[in-house]
Amino acid sequence: MFEIVERKMIVPNLHLLVVHAPDIVEEIQPGQFVIIHAGEGSERIPLSAADWNREEGTLTIVFMEVGTSTGKLALLKAGDKIPTVVGPLGKPTEIDHFGTVVCIGGCFGMGSIYPVVRALKQKGNYVVTIMEGRSKNLLYWENKLSEFSDKVIKLTRDGSYGYKGHIKKGEDIIRETGIKPDRVIANGCMTLSYKTTKEYSHFNIPVIVTLNTIMIDGTGMCGVCRCTVDGKMKFACVDGPDFDGRYVDWEELAKRRKQYLNEEAFLVHHSGCGGI
Amino acid sequence: MAEKKTLNLNRVEMPKQPHFIRRRNFNEVALGYTPEMAVAEAKRCLQCKKPLCIDGCPVEIDIPGFIKCIADEDFAGSIKLLKEKNCLPAVCGRVCPQEEQCEIKCILSKKGAPIAVGRLERYAAEWEALQAQIVLPEINKNTGKKVAVIGSGPAGITVAGDLILVGHDVTMFEALHEPGGVLTYGIPEFRLPGRVVSREIDYLQKLGVKLVCNYVVGKTKSLKKMLEEYDAIFLGTGAGLPWFMEIPGENLNGVYSANEYLTRVNLMRAFQYPKTYTPVKRHKKVAVVGGGNVAMDCARTALRLGAEEVYIVYRRSRTELPARLEEFENAEEEGVIFHFLTLPEKLFGDENGWLKEIECSRMELGEPDQSGRRKPIRIDGSEFIMPMDACIVAIGNSPNPIIPNSTPGLEVSKKGTIVVDENTGKTSMDRVWAGGDIVTGAATVILAMGAGRKAARSMHEYLTNS
Repeated sequence: MFEIVERKMIVPNLHLLVVHAPDIVEEIQPGQFVIIHAGEGSERIPLSAADWNREEGTLTIVFMEVGTSTGKLALLKAGDKIPTVVGPLGKPTEIDHFGTVVCIGGCFGMGSIYPVVRALKQKGNYVVTIMEGRSKNLLYWENKLSEFSDKVIKLTRDGSYGYKGHIKKGEDIIRETGIKPDRVIANGCMTLSYKTTKEYSHFNIPVIVTLNTIMIDGTGMCGVCRCTVDGKMKFACVDGPDFDGRYVDWEELAKRRKQYLNEEAFLVHHSGCGGI
Repeated sequence: MAEKKTLNLNRVEMPKQPHFIRRRNFNEVALGYTPEMAVAEAKRCLQCKKPLCIDGCPVEIDIPGFIKCIADEDFAGSIKLLKEKNCLPAVCGRVCPQEEQCEIKCILSKKGAPIAVGRLERYAAEWEALQAQIVLPEINKNTGKKVAVIGSGPAGITVAGDLILVGHDVTMFEALHEPGGVLTYGIPEFRLPGRVVSREIDYLQKLGVKLVCNYVVGKTKSLKKMLEEYDAIFLGTGAGLPWFMEIPGENLNGVYSANEYLTRVNLMRAFQYPKTYTPVKRHKKVAVVGGGNVAMDCARTALRLGAEEVYIVYRRSRTELPARLEEFENAEEEGVIFHFLTLPEKLFGDENGWLKEIECSRMELGEPDQSGRRKPIRIDGSEFIMPMDACIVAIGNSPNPIIPNSTPGLEVSKKGTIVVDENTGKTSMDRVWAGGDIVTGAATVILAMGAGRKAARSMHEYLTNS
């Protein structure tokens, strides 16, 4: 069993979960994920690591409450125990001395991009971090991200904080301020990943996106996370989750991602009494 | 003068749920013998002086011995004999292909009525499960040697069971949240109930095997680091990435690997959705591609989830079908429709990316190929369309890549299987053994157990002499 050290809502609908998982923390690298299973009947949910503390053996995750299984996680409190935290899974994000790297985080990705930003900075890169959210109250970890970034750009769609706009606006700023990125890395929902790919492809540099496909086992056995990259079948759980967005078949991915929308919505509205 | 026994050729049939009922429920199909049936069947055994059946058994069970016990109504004796060689009698009695192992060697099989070894094995195991107390065998004194078994499927369970009995300290690691490997995520409830697997795992734990779930060796900890903690390691990590047909449209929604479909239903209990949260689609028209036991499992699962029409699409003919005869017959009785000599060519979807129809070609059989089976050849111009809303691809899988990919120095074949010494199961790495699907590619439960037995013997020898 894995003990919960802390669980709190950091911004509306996004929760921070700190869990004691010393074996996982000893091996984990930026860009890797774990699968959490909150007990009988729950789904196995893949969640990216947002931070860790090797001395204390704790792993930090930022997740969005979207359905029934994540809803269950959102009710956890310090001292609770959950049966399954397994990982670290997937390949780590490639970290090297690239030069100038633009790191984009939106939603839960503002958390999972943090270890990437930190590792890139420690490798001597010039790191520009872009935080993206609908409104000011949805941005978090600005201080943490600033610590390892040479420049932080905040974007809100309503203009309540930083610049007004979305991914395109961020790219405008990068271009207008004469920043020449050698690599872009984006963590967030599929829309953010797709838009990042679209807006940054003209730089002719790798646009690394983390694909959050549907997964079950997460160890390369079931194949539900498959996607097409550069015309080939890839499995996000073992070949990814990072891929160069320029080669991803986004249309197919968007359709695959929607496979269980009805079932997920049904559960949210299903009170457990047998009716709806 | 020896008394001449009259041959009794009336094989005792095992009761089953009627097909029109079982096709819509997940309860076990075969219901097992009553004590009277078991004794009657056991009494047919000729008790050959040189029994051939034992040669057919990968784990060398004393088959005439345990059957004699049943005939004498000494059920405790029969299970004791079984467990000396087989730590999973309740599983093997159900899923072993006896018809091509022990039963085919039975002298009565020439007369068309071999002793029902599997049914009797199952009976003995079920008898034991009903007893108030399970008798534990005597365990040798602790040797102080630590063994890690990676993977809790049939191969791993056998190694753990064998090595705990000779006094080693055994820990079994499992990547998923429930132990059992393919017995848990793969084989459906109606063929091998979850309670049977849990019972066998409980038994191992009672013997002293430690179980650690949610642990992916090669990820959570490298094999190299594991070797610092353990004196010997067995790798039984089984299946990996599912194979697809490499035809257009395989990433459409409604196209599944057999592993995904079965894992959703078996491990995640999606058949109880929305009581459980992992969903599975209840498709109306389902095509399962492949002809093995896994394909039969998928087809019969689809029926039980309410499908109106379920097809098995297999490129060879009925003669080459790799599935057990019993599973084929069960599937056919339940209403699965077989399209032999048929090969899917293209999958077409609707505008939302959902599978709509499958284009197939008819095949004919040519000369035998390397596998010894006649090679299917496409008949030009025979294309036809099957409207379908799901396609389950059950054509096998590659070995699990996690340990090979994370362990430099471990010799792996071109196919991705771990290379071992045939007689001992020893890998190219010191103190590391392997067996089961990770070595052979997809095979059967009992072959994995046989490989586990061999490796356990070699591991014990090494641990004793080191």
